[in-house]
Amino acid sequence: MLSKKQARFFFFGGTILVFIIFLGMTWDSIANRIPEQTHADALTPEVVAGKRLWDKNNCMGCHTIFGEGAYYAPELTKVIERRGEPYIKSVLTSPVPWAPNGRKMVAYGFSNEEAENLIAYFRWIGNVDLNGFPAKPDIEK
Amino acid sequence: MKYKSQKVAYWFFVACMVLLVLQITYGFIMAFAHLGYDGLHAITPFNTARAVHTNLLVVWLLCGFMGAAYYIIPEESKRELYSIKLAYIQLISFLLVGVIAIAGYHVNWWEGRKFLEIPRPLDYLVVINVLAFLFNILMTLWKAKERTTTAMVLTMGLVFAALLYLPGMIWFDSQTLDSFFRWWVVHLWVEGVWELIMGGILAYLLIKITGVDREVIEKWLYVIIGLTFISGILGTGHHYYYIGTPNYWLIVGGIFSALEPLAFLGMALFAITMYMRSGRNHPNKLALYWTMGCAITAFVGAGLLGAAHTLPQVNLYTHGTLVTAMHGHMAFWGAYAMLIFAVISYAMPLMTGRKIYNNMTGLLAFWFSNIGMIGMTLSLGVAGVAQVYLERKLGLSFMQVQKEIEVHFFVMIIAATLFSTGITLYLINFFRYGKPKDEAILSETEFESLQSQGA
Ligand code: HEM
Ligand code: HEM
Ligand SMILES: [Fe+2]
Repeated sequence: MLSKKQARFFFFGGTILVFIIFLGMTWDSIANRIPEQTHADALTPEVVAGKRLWDKNNCMGCHTIFGEGAYYAPELTKVIERRGEPYIKSVLTSPVPWAPNGRKMVAYGFSNEEAENLIAYFRWIGNVDLNGFPAKPDIEK
Repeated sequence: MKYKSQKVAYWFFVACMVLLVLQITYGFIMAFAHLGYDGLHAITPFNTARAVHTNLLVVWLLCGFMGAAYYIIPEESKRELYSIKLAYIQLISFLLVGVIAIAGYHVNWWEGRKFLEIPRPLDYLVVINVLAFLFNILMTLWKAKERTTTAMVLTMGLVFAALLYLPGMIWFDSQTLDSFFRWWVVHLWVEGVWELIMGGILAYLLIKITGVDREVIEKWLYVIIGLTFISGILGTGHHYYYIGTPNYWLIVGGIFSALEPLAFLGMALFAITMYMRSGRNHPNKLALYWTMGCAITAFVGAGLLGAAHTLPQVNLYTHGTLVTAMHGHMAFWGAYAMLIFAVISYAMPLMTGRKIYNNMTGLLAFWFSNIGMIGMTLSLGVAGVAQVYLERKLGLSFMQVQKEIEVHFFVMIIAATLFSTGITLYLINFFRYGKPKDEAILSETEFESLQSQGA
């Protein structure tokens, strides 16, 4: 029968082993793979400014990006592809809450430059290789 | 209660109860908004309500863990807490930071990083606060003659939780890296180190309630937390499928996260077998209900409902839909909210000397809140599956689908009302106990005699 000492060894030994593998995979991801897969060289000052606006206004509190966030408003990973830039710009600069379907978005009234930055951010996001997400709808209507 | 200083736990529990009520209030705001009634949009837009709802959840759970530690550690180490004053200072400052953060969310002061919305300057205050808490706990253990496995596992969980807060404070320019390390906090908390806290507290409660030999309970505790880390650490990969990370995470994350339910199954079997082995009949029925309920509901909410969407083939379609919210509710409820309810139910009679532990109010609180939570989970689940089919499989637009599934939020609000009724009954019992008293120290001997009579 298993003793307490063996159980303790199972816990510490297993944890240390798995943690080392995890750190190794993390290192490989960050150092060798993610820069290429996300086009890190395309992180221009505009993209970064867009990301800061995304954070500062907690857009993720309603929307998802890369499938992460809230479930109140549309997923925005491929929004440039879906809507085109002029549409997005008018949403972002609108002085009244944007609500084409009754559900309101906060009226941020971004400046032209801020809207451009957010669009640059969305364009960067849209180009990241996401291993096939979001999937193409595969049932015929 | 054996040591006077255990009384500080009470005020942590009071804070839990108050914050929980606020959390639920903001939950209703969001559910109504989903239903189309967003009358509060101008003052509390959805993203404010959401940040408040989830952050209050985390704050009250942490408050509960701290309270539980302040109750359990002195007793396990057979001495008074290192500093009662520090505990009170720490509670008040913790709440202050929380209140500032919540207020900030109403005036657009936050960071748009799900669950980690607290602005960076406040993060530093959280760190100082948690250091003060850990100092108090570690000093108590340091000065103790006895350091039990249960106390050490609980403390290990708390220390690791504090350490894992740090990766969430790094700035990144890349959304992918930001997300990558956000999961070191969120995932490695709930599917890693918090399970140590859960295991430690459950072990303590089972030792007390069932009277089974400590050595047996602590041996299985090691096995369970071993399973937790072996599956949960590499299981982080289930959040690295679709965020711009290499595709080997699909295999590693898929396999290891599919093993995560084993740890929760372990907790459930642990509680059930220890209960069956127990020769006694502990008089605190409500503590027994919440303890068993916690272990079982955690297995269903975290283990089964987590496994339901953890394989990459499934997650490709369910990722970022209401299916996730369905699982999030029952998992947090079962594993962590019910755990704190169990500790409170166990500790209150011992801190106050009053025996409100086997009454109708308390039983109804248990059943109403749990049946309500099952109803909420079902309505979110139905809405989520419908969303996945209509939006992800058929390609309807997001808002078209939202109109179709609106009705499920009506059902959710009804279930949430039942849930809130249960919580209200729990609060009534809680406040009927009144404040803890030093004279209550005697009553544990009385309890022990009660326990042996039941054998
Ligand atoms: C008590 C333990 C658990 C809690 C409190 C919990 C809670 C949550 C929460 C709140 C989320 C949403 C996170 C976010 O999007 O930021 C989430 C996501 C997820 N959880 Fe859990 N969980 C637990 C255990 C598990 C387990 C054991 C599994 C797997 C077997 C699992 C599988 C998942 C998956 C696959 C997602 C991602 C969903 C998506 O792609 O949108 N969870 N969990
Ligand atoms: C009356 C009770 C409640 C109601 C009406 C409610 C409603 C909601 C709603 C509408 C959301 C937002 C989903 C979205 O982004 O669209 C949400 C999120 C969340 N709630 Fe609740 N909630 C309630 C109680 C609770 C309780 C008791 C817990 C935990 C024990 C909890 C944990 C969460 C979590 C973890 C999330 C984030 C889920 C995710 O991002 O996947 N809620 N809640
Ligand atoms: Fe996870």
